[in-house]
Amino acid sequence: MIALAVAVSCPIWAIVVPLVGAALTMLWPRRATFVGAAATLTTLAVVTALTARIAQTGVQRYAVGGWGAPLGIDLYADGLSAILLAITAAVAAGVSLYGLRYFRAVSVLAYFWTLWLFVWAALNALFLSGDIFNLYVTLELVGLSAVALVALAGGGAALTGALRYLLVSLVGSASYLLGVALLYGQYAVLDIASLGAQVQPDTVTWVAMAAMFAGLMLKTALFPLHFWLPAAHGAAPAPVSAVLSGLVVKASFYILVRLWLQLFPIAVPAPGQLLGALGAAAILWGSIQALRQERLKMLLAYSTVAQIGYLFLVFPLADTVAAQTAWLGVLMFIASHALAKSALFLCAGNILRYYGHDRVHKLGGAARGEPVTFFALGLAGVSLIGLPPSGGFIAKWLLIEAAMASGQWWWVLVMVTGAFLAATYVFRVLGDGLISGTVSARRQVVAPGMAGAALLLALGATVLGFLAVPMDELRQIGWPLVAVRGGQP
Amino acid sequence: MTWGTAVPLGIVLSSFLAGLVIFTLAEERVVLRTTLNLLGAVVKLTLVGVMIVGVLSEQYYTVSLPLLPGLNLVLQADKLSVLFVTLSSGLWLVTTVYAIGYLEDSPHRSRFFGFFSLCVSATVGVALAGNLLTFLFFYELLTLSTYPLLVHRGTEQARQAGRTYLVYTVFGGTSLLIGTIWLYTLTGNLVFAPQGIVAEIAEQHRASLIAIFVLLIAGVGVKAALVPLHGWLPQAMVAPAPVSALLHAVAVVKAGAFGIVRIVYDVYGIGVTADLGLADPLLALACVTIVYGSVRALYQDDLKRRLAFSTVSQVSYIVLGTVIVGPLASIGAFVHLIHQGIMKITLFFCAGNLAETLGIHKVSEMDGVGRRMPWTMAAFTIGALGMIGIPPMAGFVSKWYLGAGALEGGDDWVILVLIASSLLNAGYFLPILARAWFARQTAPWPHERDFGRAETRWTLLLPPIITAALALLMGLFAAAPWSPLAYAQLITADEYGP
Repeated sequence: MIALAVAVSCPIWAIVVPLVGAALTMLWPRRATFVGAAATLTTLAVVTALTARIAQTGVQRYAVGGWGAPLGIDLYADGLSAILLAITAAVAAGVSLYGLRYFRAVSVLAYFWTLWLFVWAALNALFLSGDIFNLYVTLELVGLSAVALVALAGGGAALTGALRYLLVSLVGSASYLLGVALLYGQYAVLDIASLGAQVQPDTVTWVAMAAMFAGLMLKTALFPLHFWLPAAHGAAPAPVSAVLSGLVVKASFYILVRLWLQLFPIAVPAPGQLLGALGAAAILWGSIQALRQERLKMLLAYSTVAQIGYLFLVFPLADTVAAQTAWLGVLMFIASHALAKSALFLCAGNILRYYGHDRVHKLGGAARGEPVTFFALGLAGVSLIGLPPSGGFIAKWLLIEAAMASGQWWWVLVMVTGAFLAATYVFRVLGDGLISGTVSARRQVVAPGMAGAALLLALGATVLGFLAVPMDELRQIGWPLVAVRGGQP
Repeated sequence: MTWGTAVPLGIVLSSFLAGLVIFTLAEERVVLRTTLNLLGAVVKLTLVGVMIVGVLSEQYYTVSLPLLPGLNLVLQADKLSVLFVTLSSGLWLVTTVYAIGYLEDSPHRSRFFGFFSLCVSATVGVALAGNLLTFLFFYELLTLSTYPLLVHRGTEQARQAGRTYLVYTVFGGTSLLIGTIWLYTLTGNLVFAPQGIVAEIAEQHRASLIAIFVLLIAGVGVKAALVPLHGWLPQAMVAPAPVSALLHAVAVVKAGAFGIVRIVYDVYGIGVTADLGLADPLLALACVTIVYGSVRALYQDDLKRRLAFSTVSQVSYIVLGTVIVGPLASIGAFVHLIHQGIMKITLFFCAGNLAETLGIHKVSEMDGVGRRMPWTMAAFTIGALGMIGIPPMAGFVSKWYLGAGALEGGDDWVILVLIASSLLNAGYFLPILARAWFARQTAPWPHERDFGRAETRWTLLLPPIITAALALLMGLFAAAPWSPLAYAQLITADEYGP
C-alpha cells in the first residue's frame, strides 16, 4: 500500500495521466466524455498524492528515463510547484465537471476534451520543469493548445481572436527563447539552480533577462501588452475562457516568479518598481475598461487585465523586509483569482445559455431564474473585490501589509482604488440581477452540473480564505530565496 | 471540540446554518422556514444565556482559527461583547417574529430570511470578535449581507439607496482595512485588551497612531452614521420595516457604535486616546452629530425619515459617553447601547404597523391614529418619551449618566448639548404624540386593511409591545442587579482598571 502511494506520487504521473487521457479521447471521440471524466479524476488523485508527498518529505526530483542533468530531462517539484499544481487541479475539477454538460456537438466535445487534457498536462509539465529550456517547451505547448481551444467556438470572432492570440503567443515565446539562448551561450547550463549559482550581472545576462521578461509579460498580458487578451478570452467558449483567465496567464507569470527568485543576479530596485508601475497602470486601466463593457464576458476579460496588474505588484515588494509576506500574498492572489475568475466565466456561460445574451444591464431576475449560478456569481465577485470571507481578502491584506511594512504607500493607494473599482463593476452585475425583472429573451435550461461547477469553484475561492497558513507552510518547502540571497523564509 | 469553544461558535453558526438552509427552500414552505428561523433565534439566545452565566463567573469562552500567519480569527466572550451579543440576539428573535408577520404573502421570502439570518450571524461575529482582524472580517460580511435586504423591494428608490449604502460602506471598509493593517505593522498584534495595546509605542509613533485612529474611526463611523458619514442612513428607510429595525437597532448602526467603543477602549485605551489629543475632536464630532441629527429630524414629514435622523443623533450619545474620560460617562455609553436599541426598534415596529395597517407614512397623516391603533401608539409613546429622556423611561437613565459623566470629566459644556438635544427630541416627538392622541381624524386612512377585532396582525403587534415594556422596565428597575445598568457598571470597572 505504501509502495503504491509512493509510486503514485511520482511527479511524472501528473504529466502522463492527462496526456494519456488526451490521446484516448482522440482515439475514441464517442467515449470522450467518459474518458475525460476518468482522466480528470485520476489526475486529481495523482496531484493530491504528489502535493501530500512534497508537504511531508520536501522537494522531489525525478530524472526522466534515468538520464539526469545535464543531458536528460529533470523534473523538479518544490513547494512553489506544488501550490501551482494544486491550484490547477482545483480549477480543472470545476472545468471538467462543466465540460461534461456544456458541449452538445460530439465533434466539438471530443476536441475539447483532447485539447483541455493536453493543456492540463502541459501546465503540469511546466510547473514541474527545473530548467529554462524545458520551461520554454512546455510554455509553447500550453500556448499552442490554448490557441486551438479558443478557435473551438468557430465563427469569425473566435478565429480572429485565436489568430491574434497565436501571433502574440509565438512572439512571446520567441523572445523568451532568445533569452534562453543568450544565457546558454554565456554559462553553458540550463538548469535553473546551477544557472542561479553562476549568473553574473554583465550585459549579456541583462539583455537575456530583458528578452525573457518582455516575452513573458506579453504572454501574461501585462498592460500595455494586454491588447490581445479581451478578444481571445471574450470570444472563447465559457470553459475555455475559464482555463485561459484562470490558469494559462498564470503559467507565464509563474516563470517570471521563478526567474526573479532564482536567476536575477543582484537586487536592484529599478526593474521591480517598473514592473510594479505597469501593474498599477493595468489595475486602473483594466478596471475602468471593465466598467465600460456592455457584455459580461468582456467585462470579466478586462477584469482579468486588471487583476493581472496586482500580481506584478509583488516585484517592488519582493526585495524588502516584507518579502515573505508579499510572496505569500501573490500566491494567494494567483489561487484566489484562478478560482474566482474561472467560476465567473462559467457563470457567464450559464447566463449566456439561459438568456441567449450576456448584456450586463439586461440581467434582471437572474437571481430568481438561475439562483445557483447567481449565488456563485456573488461569492466569486466577493473574492474578486477582496472582501471577506475569501482568498481575495487574504491576498489583498497580505499585499497591503507588505506595501506598508516596506513603506511603499503608493501601492496601497493603487490597490485600494482597484478594489473600489472592482466593487463598482461587480455590483453593477449583482445589483441588476437581484432586482426582479421579467425575462423577455429566450430562456434555456442550464444543466445542474453547469451551475454546480460554477458554485464549486466559487466556494473554493471562499474556502481559500482559510488556507493561508497551510499554503505558507507548503511555500517554504525548498523556497528558492534562501539559497540565492540569504533571505529568511 | 470542547464546550468552551462550542458556545461562541454555536452563537455565530446557529443563524448562519439556518440562513443557508433557508436559501434553498421553496417560497411556499412557510412552516419549515418559520420553524428554522425561530429555532435559530432560540438556540442562539440560549447559548447567549450560557455565555452570560459564564462571563459573570469569570469564565471566558473563546475559539480561534488561524487565518493568516501569526493572526487568528478569534471569537471571544468578554464583558463588552456579551453586552452587544445579548442585545442583538434578543432583538433578533423579536424582529424575526415581526418580519414573519410583516412579509406574509410577499415575494422572495426565502431570499429575504436567508440574508436576514446571515446579517445577524455577521453582527454577533462583530460582537464576539476578539481582535481587530476578526472585527473587520465580520464588519465587511455585515455590509454584504445587508445590501440585498436594502434593495429587497427592487424599486428604483431602493436601488438608489442600495448604491448609496455601498459607496459609503465600501469607503468605510477600505478605511478600516488600511487602518487595521497599518496598526498591525506597528504593533504586530491586534488583540482587544482592556486599556488598549498601543500604550508602549504611543510616544514613538505619535503621528502614525493619530492617522490610524482617524482611519479606523472613519471606517466604523460610516455605520455609526457620524456626520458627515451619515448620508446613507436616511435614504435606507425605503427598505421594509424589519430591515429598518435591523439597521437601526439590531445590527448595522450598532456595529458601528460598538466599533468606536472597541477602538477607543480596547485598542487605544481611553487614557492614550486622550493623551494623543483624539478624545476632544471626537467628542466635538459627536456633539455636532447629536444636534445636527435632531435639527434635521425636526423638518421631516416622512415618519421613517424622521426616525432615521433621530437615530443619527441618538447613536452619537454612545460615542459621546465613550470619549468623555471617566467611568460615569462610560456607563452612560454602554447602557445607552442597549437602551437606544430597544427604544428605537419599538418606534420602527410601530411605524411599520402604521404603514402596513393603515398605509400611513407621514406624520401629517397621523391625526387621531391613537384611537384606531391604541396598542401600537401606546408602545410608540413609551419609545418616544424614552428617547426624549423623561423619567422613568430607560432613556432617562442613559442621559443621567452621560450628564453626570460630563461633569465628572470636566466637560461641563456637554450638558448644554444634552439639554438642547432633549429639547429638540421633544420638538420632533411630542407633535407626533399630540396628533395621534389629541387630534381628530380629518381624512380617511390612506390604505386601510381590516384585521377583524385586533387593530393589526398579532405578529406585528406583539413585538413592539414587548420591546416597549422592556424599555419601561429597564428604566423602572435600573437599580436592580440584573439591569443593563448594573452590567454596564461591571464593564466599566474593567476598562478603567484597578
